[in-house]
Amino acid sequence: MTAMSFVYLAAILFAIGAAAVLLRRNAIVAFMGVELMLNAANLALVAFAHMYAELDGQIMAFFVLVVAAAEVVVGLAIIIALFRARQTISLDEPAELKG
Amino acid sequence: MVNEVLFWTVALLTVIPSLALIFAKRPVHIAMSIVLVMVGLAAAYVGMGAPFLGMVQIVVYTGAVMMMFLFVLMLVGVDNAEDLRETIKGQKWIAFAAAGGLAILLIAVIGDATIEPRTGDVVGNPEEIAMVLFSEYVLVMEVLGFLLITAAVGALVLTHVPRLTPRRTQVELQAARVAAGADPVNKPMPGVYARHNALDVPALDPEGNPIEDSVSRVLEVRHQTQDGAEFRAQLEDTDNPDHEARPHGAPSRDSDTRNTREGEEPK
Repeated sequence: MTAMSFVYLAAILFAIGAAAVLLRRNAIVAFMGVELMLNAANLALVAFAHMYAELDGQIMAFFVLVVAAAEVVVGLAIIIALFRARQTISLDEPAELKG
Repeated sequence: MVNEVLFWTVALLTVIPSLALIFAKRPVHIAMSIVLVMVGLAAAYVGMGAPFLGMVQIVVYTGAVMMMFLFVLMLVGVDNAEDLRETIKGQKWIAFAAAGGLAILLIAVIGDATIEPRTGDVVGNPEEIAMVLFSEYVLVMEVLGFLLITAAVGALVLTHVPRLTPRRTQVELQAARVAAGADPVNKPMPGVYARHNALDVPALDPEGNPIEDSVSRVLEVRHQTQDGAEFRAQLEDTDNPDHEARPHGAPSRDSDTRNTREGEEPK
């Protein structure tokens, strides 16, 4: 069994995360779906690093991790600001974001 | 080459909890399932020669990110039920089809790819990672520092609420209360008859009329108040020379049991 099986696993996890983003109305749950997608990409990067015996894949995964952490901070702050403004975190509500 | 047991363990530990994202009802359960997914991924990283990344995954994701998610969930209200009305008709099935299509597409592409795995084992321990990170990628590292600081400041700016009116002091609050007609002094204490634990008996004003305000509102709501009539009667009884005087301070039996509600067992 090669590390390629982990890439398949990453693809499945990515699809599950995408389904969560598309399905869920709760902003926090949709956001967790985004996190799962980022982690799936990380898993693929680490698997490729293992296959090619190079460290660069791991470095990239590390960068993705840092960017994801920054993104979570800002995203949750936006969710809190949204909740303060309209007492809900449903993604259907902010209809005035429509262009 | 990767260990087969490791792969299947990780696969079960990640795919099954991550399905909670789609099917679970309560956001807290979803967050805890995602924590499990993160731990599984960390195990996969360690198994694929990335121990540093595995540790960072546990510290950053399960330790910081998911706990922050939980904080925000608690802040927003765990019972904030999800609205299940569909604003776009058939959105559920469209979403399932799109995600399934994405999965099929990705798996097909991965299956089609040809790779030549190189032999050799590279282990991403902190020393190796640091050598690469601070030589080849040092500029990216600096930019990431900027990014993190910007994110922290951005979170502060987004969650900061400016105070629109000056803070009211205690003196001002008191003056406003009196102006609104509140009693400037304390309410009288309840319980003029020291015959039992008399919080449920109103105090009497100088003319002998009960002051309703002196009894706690909670007792009134529970209908556990008394008007003090029976105590007055007892006092008058002891004043009566015909009646045999009760020993002073002895609680009367029926007055103690009377104040428990009907149908409620006295403790």
